[in-house]
Amino acid sequence: MNRIKKAFENKKAFIPFITGGDPNLEVTKKLLIAMQEAGADLIEIGIPFSDPIAEGVVIQAADERALAAGCTTDKLFDMVKTVQDEMNVPIVFMTYVNPIFAYGKRKFMKRCVECGIAGVIVPDLPFEEKEELAESCREYGVELVSLIAPTSHDRIRMIAKEAEGFLYCVSSLGVTGVRSEITTNIEDMIDKVREVTDIPCAVGFGIAAPEQAERMAAVSDGAIVGSAIVKIIAQYGEECVPYVKEYVKKMKDAVLRA
Amino acid sequence: MSKGRFGGYGGQYVPETLMNAVNELEEAYEMYKNDPEFQAELADLLKNYAGRPSLLYEAKKMTEDLGGAKIYLKREDLNHTGAHKINNVLGQVLLAKKMGKTRVIAETGAGQHGVATATAAALMGMECEVFMGKEDTDRQALNVYRMELLGAKVHPVTSGTMTLKDAVNETMREWANRMDDTLYVLGSVMGPHPFPTIVRDFQKVIGQEIKEQMLAKEGRLPDAVIACVGGGSNAIGAFYEFIPDEEVQLIGCEAAGLGIDTEKHAATIAKGSEGIFHGMKSLFCQNEYGQIAPVYSISAGLDYPGIGPEHAMLAAEGRAQYVPVTDEEAVEAFEYLSRTEGIIPAVESSHAVAYAMKLAPEMGRDKIIVINISGRGDKDVAAIARYRGVDIYE
Repeated sequence: MNRIKKAFENKKAFIPFITGGDPNLEVTKKLLIAMQEAGADLIEIGIPFSDPIAEGVVIQAADERALAAGCTTDKLFDMVKTVQDEMNVPIVFMTYVNPIFAYGKRKFMKRCVECGIAGVIVPDLPFEEKEELAESCREYGVELVSLIAPTSHDRIRMIAKEAEGFLYCVSSLGVTGVRSEITTNIEDMIDKVREVTDIPCAVGFGIAAPEQAERMAAVSDGAIVGSAIVKIIAQYGEECVPYVKEYVKKMKDAVLRA
Repeated sequence: MSKGRFGGYGGQYVPETLMNAVNELEEAYEMYKNDPEFQAELADLLKNYAGRPSLLYEAKKMTEDLGGAKIYLKREDLNHTGAHKINNVLGQVLLAKKMGKTRVIAETGAGQHGVATATAAALMGMECEVFMGKEDTDRQALNVYRMELLGAKVHPVTSGTMTLKDAVNETMREWANRMDDTLYVLGSVMGPHPFPTIVRDFQKVIGQEIKEQMLAKEGRLPDAVIACVGGGSNAIGAFYEFIPDEEVQLIGCEAAGLGIDTEKHAATIAKGSEGIFHGMKSLFCQNEYGQIAPVYSISAGLDYPGIGPEHAMLAAEGRAQYVPVTDEEAVEAFEYLSRTEGIIPAVESSHAVAYAMKLAPEMGRDKIIVINISGRGDKDVAAIARYRGVDIYE
């Protein structure tokens, strides 16, 4: 069984997201270990991008902080490589297609394998364009995670059929960021997925409170939380690690209740 | 399967949330582009509202002064709202209305596309919101007020470099947030399919008119068509009709800002590299890690780090040539055309005028050049004055 799927084995998964290099790579490294200790089942690291069009203001600001602090794709790979022996949970990169394209698609995937990165999530690479990266992903065995959105409707089956790793279910319209309420009928989306595949489905976008995570995990295989964590990092800066750890633990407990 | 390709460029690199929105737009466009009623309505708007056809004017004094090729000016500056932008927005806002949308959103740099969109929205009774970089709302306060006067709401964008690319980011985010009643009216031949095709189709009237007018006046095709290129809508509009006519040289003028050997330019073809951004594979000014570069030009309309995919293809094929023109050259051309012909061109269009000033004397008197004057320069007067050290306020 591949590593990503294994994160969902016999349990609901809690998946935290942090922007790599925010506030700096040393802290990112500590966060990876702390979040694993707090019960994270899979961790998403964002490669900061100058123009993250799928992100709300919280993660946009994190990308700006990370880039200003000098984070680059190479430095991020190097940091992950130093921590990979300590990581038992899979790590995936979330980034936009251009940083991968500019790095060199095959070179990027090769580095992923060397550093223990199990997959990539690329929000501006829809189903119709996924061949752009799929070939180099296949060559190196890096899983290309697909996304479905509340507007996907009849596209869900087509996307789910070819999905790898897990399926990222976008809970709401618009961009990433904390929402007081998630109104999309997630069950409906997942029912459509289940018609064609048993791939794990995790829900992301807008989740911040433990009750939301519990509710989303109850109707899916896991919950993804980004902006709420990035906000804690923004608030506490280099001192953020214990606060993030505590939050992840609380969220993981909520997901386990689901 | 990827759609909307121009050679290896183009495509639809947008978040899944937007895929059905771009598909819906594509289907609607495919239907209405061949609908005689839609085309008749659009033709009526172009004629009776925008004032088309625009003149093809023989610039006799400029021709005589430069002493080479005969120069014609395609006067897009005479259109309603003062630029070629109206051609596209009348088409897109009409399309939005036919699609049952009640609200349009748009990005704008200097404000020309925003003003044009606000104008068309006022005319057709649509709600309109425009996203504009905070730096640009400060620099172009008059255009902000103009859009508000036309009933639009202007959102200053404070993310990133606070200029045009960030305005595009924010408009895409807003579209992903609300698409049921809203159409994104994109201002250039860029972005995800079908925008580069739709905008080109609505702008190709420029080249069609040039060809017709040139045949009537000279009985032959021009030797060169010159236009400025930011995203590239006025250029593709002027070029498109002539692409099969290989004897016609097509020349796009990019903003070289302080010079292409400095970091202060927006010369995508001269200095950019292949990338994927704003929904399209094309050429972009970026660093080795694919971070999009902050670009610079005196002209806010050319101050964009990418170029439309069809231009990237024409450049790769060698069918069109792209040349860099500096701020200084453009400002000189701005002043030259004002003095010589009594026509104040937009600082964007002045980039094309500047290159023609170099090219014309090298060509024989039996040759003909057409310069696309994509917009009028009233909006730039204060900025040019400041460039020359005269401190006047708008």
